[in-house]
Amino acid sequence: MALLEVSHLSVSFHTRNGIARAVDDISFSLEQGQTLGIVGESGSGKSVCCYSLLGLIPRPPGRIDSGTAMFAGRDLLHCSEAELRRVRGDKIAMIFQDPMTSLNPFLRIGEQLIEPLVYHRGQSRDAARKQAIALLEEVGIRNPSQTIDCYPHEFSGGMRQRVMIAMALIAEPQLLIADEPTTALDVTVQRQILELINELRRKRNLAVIFISHDLGVVAGIADQVLVMKDGRMIEQGPVHSLFDNPADAYTRKLLAAIPRGAKSAADRSTNQDLLAVNDLTTRFNIIDHGKSSELIAVNSVSFRLRRGEVLGLVGESGSGKSTLGRSILNLIRPSSGSVCFDGEELVGRDNQQMKPLRRRMQMIFQDPYASLNPRMTIYDTLAEPMLLHGIASKTDVDQQVLKLMDDVGLARAYIRKYPHEFSGGQRQRIAIGRAIATRPEFVVADEPVSALDVTIQKQILELLLTLVERHNLSMLFISHDLAVVRHLCDRIMVMRAGQLLETAATELLWAAPAHEYTRTLLSSSQTELPEAR
Amino acid sequence: MNATRIEDYEQGTSLWRDAWIRLRKNRLAVIGGMTLIVVTLLCLLAPFVSPYGYEQQDLVLGAAGPSARHWLGTDVFGRDLLTRILYGGRISLMVGLIATGVALIIGVTWGAIAGYAGGRVDAVMMRFVDIVYALPFMIFVVLLMVVFGRNLLLLFLVIGAVEWLTMARIVRGQVQGLKQLEFIEAAVSLGLSGWTIIRRHLIPNAIGPVIVYTTLTIPSVMLLEAFISFLGLGIQPPQSSWGSLIAEGVETMEEFPWLLIFPGMALSLTLFALNFLGDGLRDALDVRTSRD
Amino acid sequence: MWRFIASRVLQAIPVLFIVITLTFFLVRFAPGGPFSTEKAVVPEVKRALEAQYQLDQPLLAQFGSYLTDLVHGDFGPSFKYPGRTVNELIAAGFPATAELGLYALLVAVVLGMAAGIVAALNPNSWRDYVPMSAAMIGICMPTFLLGPLLVLIFGLWLEWLPVSGWGEVSGDKILPSITLGAAYAAYIARLTRSGMLEVLSQDYIRTARAKGLPEYVVVFKHALRGGVIPVVAFLGPAFAGLLSGSFVVETIFQVPGLGRFFVQAAFNRDYTLILGSTVFFAVLIVVFNLLSDVLAAWLNPRLRAGLGVK
Repeated sequence: MALLEVSHLSVSFHTRNGIARAVDDISFSLEQGQTLGIVGESGSGKSVCCYSLLGLIPRPPGRIDSGTAMFAGRDLLHCSEAELRRVRGDKIAMIFQDPMTSLNPFLRIGEQLIEPLVYHRGQSRDAARKQAIALLEEVGIRNPSQTIDCYPHEFSGGMRQRVMIAMALIAEPQLLIADEPTTALDVTVQRQILELINELRRKRNLAVIFISHDLGVVAGIADQVLVMKDGRMIEQGPVHSLFDNPADAYTRKLLAAIPRGAKSAADRSTNQDLLAVNDLTTRFNIIDHGKSSELIAVNSVSFRLRRGEVLGLVGESGSGKSTLGRSILNLIRPSSGSVCFDGEELVGRDNQQMKPLRRRMQMIFQDPYASLNPRMTIYDTLAEPMLLHGIASKTDVDQQVLKLMDDVGLARAYIRKYPHEFSGGQRQRIAIGRAIATRPEFVVADEPVSALDVTIQKQILELLLTLVERHNLSMLFISHDLAVVRHLCDRIMVMRAGQLLETAATELLWAAPAHEYTRTLLSSSQTELPEAR
Repeated sequence: MNATRIEDYEQGTSLWRDAWIRLRKNRLAVIGGMTLIVVTLLCLLAPFVSPYGYEQQDLVLGAAGPSARHWLGTDVFGRDLLTRILYGGRISLMVGLIATGVALIIGVTWGAIAGYAGGRVDAVMMRFVDIVYALPFMIFVVLLMVVFGRNLLLLFLVIGAVEWLTMARIVRGQVQGLKQLEFIEAAVSLGLSGWTIIRRHLIPNAIGPVIVYTTLTIPSVMLLEAFISFLGLGIQPPQSSWGSLIAEGVETMEEFPWLLIFPGMALSLTLFALNFLGDGLRDALDVRTSRD
Repeated sequence: MWRFIASRVLQAIPVLFIVITLTFFLVRFAPGGPFSTEKAVVPEVKRALEAQYQLDQPLLAQFGSYLTDLVHGDFGPSFKYPGRTVNELIAAGFPATAELGLYALLVAVVLGMAAGIVAALNPNSWRDYVPMSAAMIGICMPTFLLGPLLVLIFGLWLEWLPVSGWGEVSGDKILPSITLGAAYAAYIARLTRSGMLEVLSQDYIRTARAKGLPEYVVVFKHALRGGVIPVVAFLGPAFAGLLSGSFVVETIFQVPGLGRFFVQAAFNRDYTLILGSTVFFAVLIVVFNLLSDVLAAWLNPRLRAGLGVK
């Protein structure tokens, strides 16, 4: 008999604005020791589905409309709250997406770790603590008998996720629900956490439900996969057949959206340098509780970007890649070094002196929710740069804005709407439109797709490639995602701790990475589709 | 649709209109706003609303309870209480508005400069606010009124000078938070001038909390004035504000309780209205909730 | 931690100096001296009185000697109460004020936090609306209105409780304490509610629930710590407010405390008593602000680590 048997689960949210069906008739089952991957884009209902099993959705407004979820002889959906509480943390445990916020910052991790044992098993605190130390050791926390008395903020993100896993497993549950457990982590850490979950599952014969938006990650860990969209099940099956032979068009679309392989467009690089960066260094003074220290975010970086080139800049969080991008555009003032744009030195210019060059170099930002002024219509947002730089005159600005909207694939009907009326992908189109409104030669794109769902991500990447070609742009493309960079860039620079480790033509870097760190990055980020297993 | 004129396209819903719609749905806030308008109009039009003069005495009548001729009764000198409450309301509301205006001007300027400049300028300016914040202000207000006499203008200035500190903190926090948002960075990278960025991008986004806090400052200013007048240090007789009417009412509350209760109700009702309106505005204008 | 406290104490010194200087010169520049109300004082007598209180010396010298005395804990003699020092008057008034303040703070914290927690745990139900409406009334009903109304209802009409005095009849401390504490109970209730709602929506509360912890553990062990930080930080300003509220409450209920002395001193232009009590109040307020800041910082492990303790 299956460990968990969910049938015909439907959940809706009843708000003032109406009823939203978050989960619509979902059924699946899961055996001991198996991993089920639930895949979907944001808003697909994949998390709500699992949270409702444990009574963790807020009620009201949430409501379970129908269905059963049989687990060890009882129906989770029709349990009393007290019965459910005995299941949670004891028989079924959860880990969450963001380890930074999922641990209580006010309690020592030891206290948080032993709680399931103390409250479910009535164990003494001393015995529970011994068990917690052993488990911390097992999940790879160094020196656990001391670190157990630390507070969460004293750990890095990856370490916190290890603590979360230990906390979930301490009462030896039969089922672990992992809700995007690696999404907030850097690729190298992501790989370690996935391996840890897999190892623990094998050792303990755990059943795992692994929720993710990332098909690549799910492919690497799941036995069964369930694809969800808009609350409904699209298809379900063993991981191999689903990936090799997707039955549904949406699944095929998801698979096709994963950036794979080399750049398809031609390399348009010329021999002429557009940008020459020499010994660029940016330091920050950090004042923390009265103590001032210095952070060298960009440390003596030198490179060249050729006209027509798409140059990738890759690094993990905190590597200084965003600061480098902003330092080049003089949005952050560099401390020393030189940035030469088409023969003109940028370092040392003030805003007034920058202005004539601003038209020629623009930026696309990561967060499409923060990068648009919420009180300006699309028209205002796009017309502002055109009027400022004389691209359009008062008489033809309307036509120019409409043309620009066509260019970035926005329906003309939206022209007088405000940013909050759009989805993330549409907003990013608006932001891209603003960046190319001044007809620049050079664009810095700082993680322009990392906040977007995978299918939208593909559309925006295609738009960027089209625009590069159509407007003869040169681009510095900053990303943490190696697959995306490979798909888009002619050359790649790898950055760590403020320094450039290596620069190479894309396929050359893939074939023969020179630096150890690059090798680690590459091996961590290989998308593990089944044929590669 | 392929119109050529921008005006032909459908108009989106701005955050301001969104907020307005939300505010109108908030029953308490609407009632608060209406009450406020009615109270203000009554006080402004007091000479036309009330058939009695402000100091018109009816010594024969003396203090009498509510009646058909005097709806809220009369005080010990036989003066119509409703009339006195309406005229007192003029002073109370005026103090509330003018002192809040003073606080608004100083606070917004101070906070905006500190927030926009950042760095050392910001540190020095905000340290100053911290120090002034720690002063025992009520005591100073009482002292000032004792030392310089009961001067209405001074009262405005003193109360305004107490209340600007919080405003400065709020505005500075807003500006600092906004400065880190990417659309401000985008505006810089477009090459817009500092002034254009402030006018087009910073102010429209920072103004919501200022409106809300202004609405919530008015009642606290009115309370402060009433407090001072109650102690006998604010408005001088024969002029009166709600605070001094309450003080008079307390003296005779055993025999003539209406002299305490009605002015008290007038003050509390207005404070309620302002607070409900302020809370409603805060909920309606909150940019974060309208984002998703 | 000690470094943090030391730096805050150092910051308090300029505050105190500003308070003393401002008060000293404000009072000296006030029109009408302490002896000007007594009519027809013989000039010689006036001069003798002024010499006795050092009013004939240059202002700066007066300020200097006042500061010197102050450092030695001497607030000087009172102008209006001949033969008594300000120290004696403060010592006479302080116990009642301290007791009243303590009870009021207790009323505010206990009532306010209880109401706030209940409301936050049952948002948008009657258990939310009732306490929050009461809190709104508390905010819109100033002390000087609430006090007389309570006297009117419970003292004069119902005759349940004594209407004035302090420690003379049993039960005479109830009304003043409630009157003084009510407004702050209301503020604390609102702060607690919003603080708790904020914390209850955090990811780590979801984690605690996912662990199957009983609801009281989730609320009191996991949520309350974060939820009370804004309340603790508010205690400093609340204390300052309670002190000025005591002016009114002590006057209404005829409590022989410092607040009433201060108001009387202000009317009498009793320079040294005004100065003395202002300085005394300022020290109290600064100390309380310091305590509530330190406590709020200490409740947050991240800050505590930054403060130099583990």
